[in-house]
Amino acid sequence: MGMFWKLNKLVPENNMLQNKANPTINKSTGLPRKRFYRARAHSNPLSDSHFPVPISPSHVDYSLHYPQLLPLANRTDTFNKIEFADIGCGFGGLLISLATLFPETLMIGMELRDKVTEYVKERILGLRVASPGQYQNASVVRTNSMKYIPNYFEKGQLSKMFFLFPDPHFKEKNHRRRVISPHLLDEYAYVLQVGGIIYTITDVEELGAWMKSCLQSHPMFEPLSEMELEADPVVKLLSSATEEGQKVARNGGQTFQAVFRRITPSS
Amino acid sequence: MEGTKMDARVDECERDDGNTQEDAPMEESEQNNKDMEVAPALVSVHPTQSSVAVALGSDLRVFNLLDNSAVSLMDESGGAYHNDSIRCIKYGTNGKLFVSAGDDKLVKVWSTDCWRCISTVVSEKRVSAVAISNDGLHVCFADKFGVVWVVDLPGFDGTKASLNQKAVPLLAHYCSIITSLEFSPDGRFIVSADRDFKIRVTVFPKKPLDGAHEIQSFCLGHTEFVSCLAFICTPDSPQGILVSGGGDSTVRMWDIISGSLLDTCEVGTKVEPNATEGNCSTVTNICTIPECTLIAVAIQSLRGIMLLTCDLSSRTLSVSKVVSIDGENFVPTSLGSSISGGLLWMVTGASKFRGSDVSSLSRVKVISGFKKSNPNASEQEPTVLADSEIPGGAKLLEKLQGSISIDEKVFLAAADAVKTAMCNLLIKKQYSDEKREFRKRTRNDKKSKQ
Repeated sequence: MGMFWKLNKLVPENNMLQNKANPTINKSTGLPRKRFYRARAHSNPLSDSHFPVPISPSHVDYSLHYPQLLPLANRTDTFNKIEFADIGCGFGGLLISLATLFPETLMIGMELRDKVTEYVKERILGLRVASPGQYQNASVVRTNSMKYIPNYFEKGQLSKMFFLFPDPHFKEKNHRRRVISPHLLDEYAYVLQVGGIIYTITDVEELGAWMKSCLQSHPMFEPLSEMELEADPVVKLLSSATEEGQKVARNGGQTFQAVFRRITPSS
Repeated sequence: MEGTKMDARVDECERDDGNTQEDAPMEESEQNNKDMEVAPALVSVHPTQSSVAVALGSDLRVFNLLDNSAVSLMDESGGAYHNDSIRCIKYGTNGKLFVSAGDDKLVKVWSTDCWRCISTVVSEKRVSAVAISNDGLHVCFADKFGVVWVVDLPGFDGTKASLNQKAVPLLAHYCSIITSLEFSPDGRFIVSADRDFKIRVTVFPKKPLDGAHEIQSFCLGHTEFVSCLAFICTPDSPQGILVSGGGDSTVRMWDIISGSLLDTCEVGTKVEPNATEGNCSTVTNICTIPECTLIAVAIQSLRGIMLLTCDLSSRTLSVSKVVSIDGENFVPTSLGSSISGGLLWMVTGASKFRGSDVSSLSRVKVISGFKKSNPNASEQEPTVLADSEIPGGAKLLEKLQGSISIDEKVFLAAADAVKTAMCNLLIKKQYSDEKREFRKRTRNDKKSKQ
């Protein structure tokens, strides 16, 4: 069975942040306190609310996300582009781990929930201050990745995409809201480069079976072999790097992962 | 009412785009939905202009220009023609097939030789766009939930028409209304445009029933819904040059291989300023006129059409002229042209709109002057033909319009109704929390049983 979040009250953020003491941020670490950023786990991906969407990938403001690495808002074609995308990044656990593991790679987390996105932003900012020179390659954006991935990434731009513990949407009528689906895989295949890898993991067995089945049926994905999975340092992070993953491990639950490579379709 | 629930579901995908609506009473939302049911008149022309078709509400009217006669449609496939508003019609490029589909969730494929319905496909949802593959082997149709379906066409051996052929999903735009569907001239790609400003170019596979998974490109640049697509055929690029029109009052030109935006023409600023609110300059329809690099553009509130020229070497768009229709309140709701005829056919009209006793009416007009009769002749001026000069003359008008002369006042009302309907459908609305809850409660998620 999936994890059910308690319905915690949303903190009225304006009041808190304007408070000089700013209790949302831990004074000693400079990092945000999670309890002030809790939100419901389930968000309706069918409703876009009040966030800007870039008209096209060339409109993505890299200087906003990576100010130290790419200060100029105007850039030439030769600059480094985002290569890793964590879809539904939650509280940012995976991003933080990947940022130091792949310091040369730009990565971004996408999250639908406002509060949670704020948390990740504060976390990254705090880490950048605490560890100068590090975490400059990671950022987060609030968006609906089921609708706007082509707005953010060009064809074949990404080398890794992550879908960690996505919302199971148990009811059959809600299956169309699942972030892994046969139709959406077309879009993920589009933004992934040939050889790029899609990582999925869940603790819900039915969802795990579903995701694996969607990937297996899609002509542009093939599974990684056992050997390749062993050799990939990222695979271990799937179950250990995030809050969700750690909770599942604590409770002794099982996880189901499906890791596939983007291939050229044989026709 | 099914229509209400359908639209309630679609309107869940909403964003604050600055158009805040006042907290309207619940009755108004009912009225809005009735406005949304208004169906604009549609026109489509056979590739060699052997016939012209007009759809008005559930009525499909065809006139045979070869023998100057009204066509009687034969439909033995079980459905009694269309039961509800037709939303899209199209001839196949090989001229043998014609497809019509709409709110009755039926996709009907007709043979243009004998005008018999050779196939009726049942769709789960209302259909918003159709296309026939260039080889005539497949029909694709799109619904208001963003899914594009494909169905094989039965062989052409005159056997019994088949009902309930099963369509399979080809591709999908997540939770978005698909407004237009077109095949590239070489048939390699299928292009789909949606309400969320996106145009997707997908490789049309050899086995479409397995799905079209390979996206060639996205053409991103429109800042409002994309309403219409058309292709310019050019010897340099077999895949053609794509042009699109949208709610942002622009016509844009694209290279579909790379998805890059070649040029943008701000047609909104070129139209004479009209009364009050914005959205008066939405591009409602575009039609390329083969054998010349002209593009005809229908714009909301423009009584006539705007002609754009496309410079193929520099790949730019510019306004050539505005052709106004004098003496009539004629705002075209649909445009059509053949590959050879050199004429632009236009229709205006609507069905099921409030404020009129006449259940449905349409008016057909034609612009000529796109074909040089003599290579040495200077550029001809496009001219609006008088009724008597239209091919097929009075007989055609009587068949396609329903009558020869129409009360003009009604056309303004029709144009307004169509405008409202399009805005309601394609521009996302902002609802108060209370209204949103009400809409959620009254929606119906159940799949229809077949």
